[in-house]
Amino acid sequence: MISQVFILSSKGDHLIYKDYFRRRNHYNHKDLYFLHIRQGGLYWVATTTVGSSPFAIIEFLNRLAALVKDYCGSLSEKSVQMNFALIYELLDEIVDYGYIQTMSSDVLKNFIQTEAVTSRPFSLFDLSNVGLFGAETQQSKVAPSSAATRPIQSSREQGGKSEIFVDVIERMTVVIGSNGVLMKADVEGEIRVKCYMPSCSEMRIGLNEEFSIGKSQLRGYGAAVRVDECSFHQAVRLDEFDSHRILRLCPSQGEQTVMQYQLSDDLPSALPFRLFPTIERDNGGRLLMYMKLRCDLPPKRSPLTFVCLISLSQELSSPDQSAELKPQSRAVVWQIARFAGGTQLSALFKLEVPSLSSASMLEVGPVGLSFELPKITATGLQIRFLRLSPVQPGPSQRWVRYVTHSDSYTIRI
Amino acid sequence: MQLDLLVTDKQNYIFCLLATMPYLGGEETVRELRRALSNPNVQSDPLRYRNTILKVIRTMSQGVDVSGLFSEMVKACATVDVVQKKLVYVFLCSYATLNPELSLLVINSLRKDCQDPNPMVRSLALRNMTNLRLPSLVEYVEQPLTAGLRDRAACVRRVAVLGWAKLHNLQPSSEIDAVVVNELYSLLRDPDPVVMVNCLRALEEILKEEGGVAINKPITHHLLNRLKECDIWGQCEVLRVLQRYRPQSEDELFDILSLLDSFLVSPHPPVMAATLSLFLSVSSSLPAVSLAALERVSGPLLAACGSGSREMRFAAVCHIQLLLRSVPGLLGVHYKRFFCGYAEPAYIKERKMQVLVELVNDENVAMILDELKGYCTDVNTDTAQAAISAIGRIGRSYSDRCLQILTGLLGLKQDHITSAVVQTMRDLVWVCPQCSDTVCLALEGCEETLQDIQGRQALLWLLGVYGERISSAPYTLEVLIDGVRSEASLGIKMELLTATMRLFLCRPAETQDMLGRLLHYCIEETTDMCMRDQALLYYRLLHCGIEETRKVLQGRRSDPSLGVLIGRPTKPVSQWARCFNTLEPLSQGAVEAESASRGSPEHMTYNPKPNADLSDTLSCSHIQEIHSGSDNAMRCSDSSTDGLASSITAPLSLSLSPAVSPEDFEHLWLQRQALHTERGAEKIEVVDCTWIEECVRCPAVLHCSPQSLQAAMQLVNIQTLAFTPQHTLPWRVYLYTHTQRSHSTDAPNTTLILGELLCTGEANQKAGVKKGTADSEAGAEGKEDQLVRKEMVATADRLSEDGQEEEEGIKVTLNQQPRDDDALRQFLTVLTTVLNTLSSEKD
Repeated sequence: MISQVFILSSKGDHLIYKDYFRRRNHYNHKDLYFLHIRQGGLYWVATTTVGSSPFAIIEFLNRLAALVKDYCGSLSEKSVQMNFALIYELLDEIVDYGYIQTMSSDVLKNFIQTEAVTSRPFSLFDLSNVGLFGAETQQSKVAPSSAATRPIQSSREQGGKSEIFVDVIERMTVVIGSNGVLMKADVEGEIRVKCYMPSCSEMRIGLNEEFSIGKSQLRGYGAAVRVDECSFHQAVRLDEFDSHRILRLCPSQGEQTVMQYQLSDDLPSALPFRLFPTIERDNGGRLLMYMKLRCDLPPKRSPLTFVCLISLSQELSSPDQSAELKPQSRAVVWQIARFAGGTQLSALFKLEVPSLSSASMLEVGPVGLSFELPKITATGLQIRFLRLSPVQPGPSQRWVRYVTHSDSYTIRI
Repeated sequence: MQLDLLVTDKQNYIFCLLATMPYLGGEETVRELRRALSNPNVQSDPLRYRNTILKVIRTMSQGVDVSGLFSEMVKACATVDVVQKKLVYVFLCSYATLNPELSLLVINSLRKDCQDPNPMVRSLALRNMTNLRLPSLVEYVEQPLTAGLRDRAACVRRVAVLGWAKLHNLQPSSEIDAVVVNELYSLLRDPDPVVMVNCLRALEEILKEEGGVAINKPITHHLLNRLKECDIWGQCEVLRVLQRYRPQSEDELFDILSLLDSFLVSPHPPVMAATLSLFLSVSSSLPAVSLAALERVSGPLLAACGSGSREMRFAAVCHIQLLLRSVPGLLGVHYKRFFCGYAEPAYIKERKMQVLVELVNDENVAMILDELKGYCTDVNTDTAQAAISAIGRIGRSYSDRCLQILTGLLGLKQDHITSAVVQTMRDLVWVCPQCSDTVCLALEGCEETLQDIQGRQALLWLLGVYGERISSAPYTLEVLIDGVRSEASLGIKMELLTATMRLFLCRPAETQDMLGRLLHYCIEETTDMCMRDQALLYYRLLHCGIEETRKVLQGRRSDPSLGVLIGRPTKPVSQWARCFNTLEPLSQGAVEAESASRGSPEHMTYNPKPNADLSDTLSCSHIQEIHSGSDNAMRCSDSSTDGLASSITAPLSLSLSPAVSPEDFEHLWLQRQALHTERGAEKIEVVDCTWIEECVRCPAVLHCSPQSLQAAMQLVNIQTLAFTPQHTLPWRVYLYTHTQRSHSTDAPNTTLILGELLCTGEANQKAGVKKGTADSEAGAEGKEDQLVRKEMVATADRLSEDGQEEEEGIKVTLNQQPRDDDALRQFLTVLTTVLNTLSSEKD
């Protein structure tokens, strides 16, 4: 049961405040619990009582943030402020008297009347938030990431383009030991559908035919794509999944996660990055860190943003890089703008450390890499085809995008 | 004609400005808004009218009091524009309580809307009518609500059902008509699943006094069959309400469980958690089923641990900690899932480390320690210290590897790391005395890096207790004594005093001079009474002779059996089942970790708590306060039926709460003993209690360590309050428990049993326990914390080992109030079983 919902700015100002009931003993703070999540730079807070399910409340807040994003186009302090009437309307419809009524955008679209206000006219060339590139199905065209950050309802009123985005997003968690041995490699992946089609009765998503789930089911040689565990959205029908690896669903407007999967250890491809660190003390009592970083991606692929975080005057081998010492977090941040696959970069960091001892070497590290790899999935999962039925009247566009993020890519020194 | 100022962009800008400065422009803004709202030109243009209202709401949500516009807004309510209606309702619901009279005007238009052909308008009107929260309007609302229950549109019925709950909340004293309650029950069969779930919610509130909605067999099976139609929120609600259901037969139970199996592995964490809660509550009498459910749920829970939402991850990790209490080995192979990501927030890292400690086994210990070692140098000092103390916990089972890491960390010479390491070593040595050699070696030179109070206190304790093995100990103390005048922390000064005294006992030549100076300072110069008293006490103690002093100060320096206690006691599922899927596990762990990290109890006595200190030292016996993680058992074990206890005596359950403090025990015991002895055979029982004496044959119990006895008793929810050390004669244990017989559900029959186990040995000698002193100590601080358990070590003669080899019975004296012979007999069976089990383990 939810007593109140707040949306706070990053500074803590009230942007939205909704009180679902003023019950007796309401202001007894001992019994009132605050749960919050952070999304889009905002705090989403719900107050509740001790007996409530934390899973349900957190899921509610996550879903609320997703709905607001769907309806307003993007999540930011500004978009929330501009669309406050819409958000109040949403809050009114999804929760009544503290009880969640519905959070499905299919149901809500019949009730929500207010139109979203966007801060600027939607433009294809808005590259402020470049993150995802290109679709395999439509080789020549590229969908900028901002294409998917518009309010879902605009499609109805403005006769906007009917589009559908299918994103395969994977997060890698890797730990490489100080001896270079891979200690842990996990991938959490999901297929996300974002639908801007006013009428779409059914969609079929074909995955790799060699896709298998669980350890025992390995079949064939080589190209098999395997995951340990896999779960699907309620709405997905799996009657063709066993035979042809096809997911069938009727996408509702807005964003939804159709499938989630995970793979632990045992990655099919080599790790994208390897680091060869050498750490020494020079005669002047300075700490020398020589980092050689190799990108083992196929030559044409390259990570989009790449940050290497090393816990501790620099010389770098190429002009596309920059490095900075962050005293507050005691880290050197090495940023690499362009890093082509199959190449190698190196950097030498010289650090003046007061009272440097041999033990201080223990304190160096670990190295954390953060990157985003477009057009690549670590598991090798691919979308074979994407079919909509009935065939959409008028122009419609289908986009398939792949991206792999580093959730935590740690290399111990 | 009035000037319409509100449409230009410039005005808009000014409004934004005004709105951001609510207290400067508030009145002006309201005036302008009123002008605009009553302007006929605005009213005739729907778009402008709506925009003006939008501005009112924006102004309102920015903190300006716009209640003055109430009557204008009431007028604006009469419109066909649904967006405008919604906006006006937001306003009206916020200010209705301030304007009860004017609100009457709204009711008419709301009631009219309830007749609207558009179901959306009807539901909107009905919802806001009930949201006005005005008791005076109830009479106008009831009729539309009744009609709403029978509306043909589901969205209206949903609102109407909850409307009754709101009405009930508004007037809790007035009874809701039985006809309405019946109608709500019948709406449980509504084709719309949300209406069904709302009925459950409304009935739960309306019938709260009677224990909520009736959950009988037909309703349960109806709800279960429709579970698939609901969305995840509805499913959670239904699953939660069904927790109250008790299946009538085992077949029915298994039918329900198999029906729910797919929900147990749901990819949605809320549904998975709610299902597990239901599983645990309906199968509470079948531990095997509960355990199987836990195993089944571990997959989805692990998946939630890797969720994209870090808050969800946190919740999942916290709940995994609960699971591990009962099935420690459950996730051993998945330990890598609990490695911390470098970008994860500290609160998740801390919990993950706690889980890693639980998962350690021979195969993964190297990997886990290697990983934890990496966290010890984390930039966040809290994370680093948590990692160090996690290594210390693992050190209880794998001391060599852990000590190697800890010693290595000292080389870094970072104050926060050194402090955490020293504290961890202190705690480790208390549990594993075999580590003391390594620790003593490692401590040399630490004092230079230590800054914080806790770290220095830990070092001082170690110096005092192991001073004879640390060559530099006197020099370290001397430096501190020389600087004692500038020392701010009382805790450090007290610890220093005790440490110096202890060191004096083993290295008198080096310490005598500085001890003299310190005592002089404490007695003559310091103004703190607490310190002065302590110093005086030590001074007088020294006068009594060195042997007396030794007796007081050189108590136990370790408690190896504590390791077993804290280690990994498997707890019954019922102990935590009730707080699964609530907010409790999210906040609880912090407390638990804290008490666990203070594993070594001895230092507690030396905190500046005058009472504790004095009574401790005066009575020449040692109080051991044991703060251990397992104490939490007491907190949440109210009515938990333990597996062992219930397997022996099904209808009887034992419980430790309400806790009986040692002095209460003493009081009750003496009182009843007196009653018992003076009572003649025919005397009418004034107090309804019984007193029985039995003899149990289980000689080997005497050789049990007090700790294992205590642990064993606790497993069956018997609390031991006091006992003599092993091999001591006469050997005594005092204990208590509450029995609870639940054959009749309405009035549980509870009794309090106090007991004494006595073994006088072959000589049959009379008890020489100095109870008086022991109990006066207990009174001093027993009240402070129910978690504090005391072990009173009475000074009694030690008999030779061979004396006890002979077969010997234990005399059990039990006292029960109120009298319940059956319960007492069953309790005696439980007790005998425990004692026999313990004896057989020894053989």
